[in-house]
Amino acid sequence: MMLQMKQVSKRFTLHHQNGAELQVLNQVDMSLSAGECVVLDGPSGMGKSTLLKLMYANYRATSGQIEVQQADGSLLELTQASPRELVRMRRDTMGYVSQFLRVIPRVSALDVVAEPLIEDGAEQAPAIEAAREQACMWLTRLRIPEGLWHLPPATFSGGEQQRINIARNMIKPRPILLLDEPTASLDAANTQTVIDLIQEAVARGAALVGIFHDAHVGAAVATRRLDVAQFRSAT
Amino acid sequence: MPTLDNSLPLLRVRGVGKRYGDRVALEDASFELWPGEVMAVVGESGSGKTTLLNAIAARSRPDVGQVEFLGRDGQLQDIYTMSQAQQRLLGRTDWGFVHQNAADGLRMDVSAGANVGERLMGLGERHYGQLRSTAQEWLARVEIDTARIDDTPRTFSGGMRQRLQIARNLVTSPRLVFMDEPTSGLDVSVQARLLDMLRQLTRQMQLAVVIVTHDLAVARLLAHRMMVMQRGCVVEAGLTDQVLDDPQHPYTQLLVSSVLQP
Repeated sequence: MMLQMKQVSKRFTLHHQNGAELQVLNQVDMSLSAGECVVLDGPSGMGKSTLLKLMYANYRATSGQIEVQQADGSLLELTQASPRELVRMRRDTMGYVSQFLRVIPRVSALDVVAEPLIEDGAEQAPAIEAAREQACMWLTRLRIPEGLWHLPPATFSGGEQQRINIARNMIKPRPILLLDEPTASLDAANTQTVIDLIQEAVARGAALVGIFHDAHVGAAVATRRLDVAQFRSAT
Repeated sequence: MPTLDNSLPLLRVRGVGKRYGDRVALEDASFELWPGEVMAVVGESGSGKTTLLNAIAARSRPDVGQVEFLGRDGQLQDIYTMSQAQQRLLGRTDWGFVHQNAADGLRMDVSAGANVGERLMGLGERHYGQLRSTAQEWLARVEIDTARIDDTPRTFSGGMRQRLQIARNLVTSPRLVFMDEPTSGLDVSVQARLLDMLRQLTRQMQLAVVIVTHDLAVARLLAHRMMVMQRGCVVEAGLTDQVLDDPQHPYTQLLVSSVLQP
């Protein structure tokens, strides 16, 4: 078991909309094991992204527990964890590919991708070199033209930014990987590359959860499917 | 960030409060900060964020509460039970303070090189050649043309002054840096350069930082975690992306919804 959600609910209270309450997820029980890729199903607005964001501790659960088996073997309960513990959990244990790249001004595409490895290498010169070499391999595999590697991705196309985002969040092989529509703006060849990368991650024993707009991508990578509509409350 | 063990935090703030007459400027602020952690304190003017910063940086004694800093001897020490000499030494070595207005943190009538070298001299470095080469190194690091080493900051642009102030603070490799609105008052393009530089330096040097800002984008880019203040109270705290993407408190929701794409 890599991740377990127990009776997790998420309700948004909009204080400036007359205190309107949106109950998005209700009493979610699910567990995720090493070597599986769980594909989330359900129409949009059902809470698929919300579920991923709860797993990443980006959203805070209204109730319930979320336990994560960390890379060092310890168990972390996300709803009770300190910011410091969550930062470390994300650094070592859980990656998250969002739909959009949040760009950092002035940092080159190469360094944006290499950054998770550079941070691990405590900023030492040989580690930085090794991290950049790895980043080159990822950029090549995801077909980012070499002429762009040393430019900041702010001006890149949507598809290029998405591929930078995939490389940045997959370059470090973390035990858990969450994917929120990683192929939404990719062409067929790059979509196939991402399918290959996901299958390779599953083969090395990572635990994945993903949302895929393209039915054929979901079908190609899923080892199990989960219908999020079942967690939708009546209210 | 180093391994998580049972080690002590670098800074421990407990129940800190301050009043000015009948007005409560700061109430019951508590947090712990570890090496390498960058924490943003956000809130509107008058929310108490600068009062908090001054209280934890030994610049203005709080009425109640405790502020402890982890000394090089591995012991947490109450900064307000230290002698003034000890506080000053801390201010020159292990701590840095970056002011909103660079003129408040620089000596405007001495050269850029002397501004950088001064803190090193305070630590006993007397070798002129060594001081000058360290100053050159730091000017280059904050992207100031080293040919300007003998010019005074009065002749510098706002962005250059702010970068010089950062070099002056970081030259002694402090372990904790306080920043008060370091990017406000600068043009947007100048801000981006400064932010990127701060982001790199904090990571490379594993600095612990408390940064006061009203700009949520600055918090998003630089800070691991954040505290939101309103009327002297901390109303919400957590990971930066949690607070910005899933704000819980009415005031935080208002703050986040009032800006475009934080």
